[in-house]
Amino acid sequence: MQKIIKGRILKLGDDIDTDSILPGRYLTLSTPEELGAHVMEGYDLHYKDKINEGDIIVAGSNFGCGSSREHAPIALKGAGIQAVVAKSFARIFFRNATNIGLPLVELPDGIDEMDERDYVKIDLEEGTLEDKCNDKTYKTTRLPEFMFGILENGGLINYLNNTQFKE
Amino acid sequence: MSMTMSEKILAKASGKDVVEAGEIVMADISTAMVHDLTGPLTLQSLEQINTDNVWDPDKIVIPFDHQVPADTLEAAKNHQVLREFVKQQQIKNFYDVYEGVCHQVLPEKGHVIPGTVVVGSDSHTCTHGALGAFATGIGSTDMAMVFATGQLWFKVPETIQYNITGELNPNVTSKDVVLNIIGTVGQDGATYKACEYAGETVRNMEMTDRMVMSNMAIEMGGKTGLVEPDKITDDYLKGRTDVKYTKFTTDSDASSLEVMDIDVSNLEPQVACPSHVDNVVAASEVEDVELDQVFIGSCTNGRLKDLQQAAQILKGNKVKSGVRLLVIPASRTIYKQALEQGLMDIFVDAGALVCNPCCGPCLGGHVGLIGEGEVSLSTSNRNFKGRQGHPDGSVYLSSPIIAAHSAITGHITAPE
Repeated sequence: MQKIIKGRILKLGDDIDTDSILPGRYLTLSTPEELGAHVMEGYDLHYKDKINEGDIIVAGSNFGCGSSREHAPIALKGAGIQAVVAKSFARIFFRNATNIGLPLVELPDGIDEMDERDYVKIDLEEGTLEDKCNDKTYKTTRLPEFMFGILENGGLINYLNNTQFKE
Repeated sequence: MSMTMSEKILAKASGKDVVEAGEIVMADISTAMVHDLTGPLTLQSLEQINTDNVWDPDKIVIPFDHQVPADTLEAAKNHQVLREFVKQQQIKNFYDVYEGVCHQVLPEKGHVIPGTVVVGSDSHTCTHGALGAFATGIGSTDMAMVFATGQLWFKVPETIQYNITGELNPNVTSKDVVLNIIGTVGQDGATYKACEYAGETVRNMEMTDRMVMSNMAIEMGGKTGLVEPDKITDDYLKGRTDVKYTKFTTDSDASSLEVMDIDVSNLEPQVACPSHVDNVVAASEVEDVELDQVFIGSCTNGRLKDLQQAAQILKGNKVKSGVRLLVIPASRTIYKQALEQGLMDIFVDAGALVCNPCCGPCLGGHVGLIGEGEVSLSTSNRNFKGRQGHPDGSVYLSSPIIAAHSAITGHITAPE
């Protein structure tokens, strides 16, 4: 897993729900490419056009609330989103994203000082986020050790195959 | 040591005497559910794990409910893939397109046992907390781990107990109680926590009413929505399961317990306004909202009592011209009971469209989508932007009583 993530940010507000991230009508799809093509359509039908490969979403509190659909983090990943930073995350989304290897970074304070398209550097191991545009470095909440282990393996499947189901 | 119900259930499931909130445990799963939309992704993940068979086919339950019958080729393909898996893994608890909504079918068919851990690849799996099971929604990859190992890791949650007292006014239901709670604590008010519904009001509620509140625990971020099992639980389970179960209770001095007292004696009917479930007001405050569609059904309020309440109001009345009323029973069993009791005649005579048991408009991807600018009043559990169709449609949430009155008048209506 990449422990240093660099990219430009796309800002979103509080309570971005899974229906916004990936509406119910696309739940029959399953590949990252198919799902990525419809990312954020419940929020804005043309949001996808804003995303460049490697962008990082920076949002408010309770990101990913709602459904247990893993299609939501897969769609974000499929659309080229490298990581999501938020003041807080909804529980099921937090597990799902970690399980599929999409890094989530919890940053309770500082997000309101960051601007759209700022260039940031995230150090997952150190638990820091540096905004190169406002020259500030923020302390992020580090993942619980167990979850970090899953992310380090690139997701839950690799984690299981490297541990319990090692051939 | 004093513990909450959640802690006691997770301790038992992980083979420990004591667990504490914050601790990570590996728990044995007693029932694992996927449906037609989350099943295919689970199988994709499972294929990548180095194992050929599921841990225990008898503990897996697969109902089809979101896109039934199949409305697209993709849905038909998903159904085929899952039917093949069911055959290959010899899963006997399989409910094809005709049986109903997962969160009704699971308890109805005896798959929810008090004191055990139930997981489902659907966020409203918390519904089953009404029977005293630690029931929670998980994603498809977590579910693949459960299918492969029979276990899943959990961070033991803290508990927020809603101690509900007072007698409900006529026309006020458990839906109004839970909407009111969500409006008070906010949509992330219970994130990472177990919700517990307690107090004399809950003790006097039928199982169907308890399920409504447990169902909506996720709408405040809750991990599950527990009710302590009692005689009502025993009566509900009679004839549905022979499994012996433990009735865990919460110790009032448990250190991870927070209690919130709620008096519902003066509560009025509630409505959640677009586009967040915690945007809750008294129904009487939004009576000027004109409606295009009313939906009575879903895993929240598609049970027999809900249909009975709606039918009583609709009897001899007509749905307002220009308004579409969709009535969707939550299961085939309920459908049949409603037929036998003459409720379907009332709905059809009133001008409602009765659909087959399924998730209906609540999925926003199968039947009954709303168009741009349209307004829906729904007895389901979510009103997010785009939830029932076009992102510029609006969804209001209420009880079946308010929904039925509103279908007749064409605007949100709180009865006298």
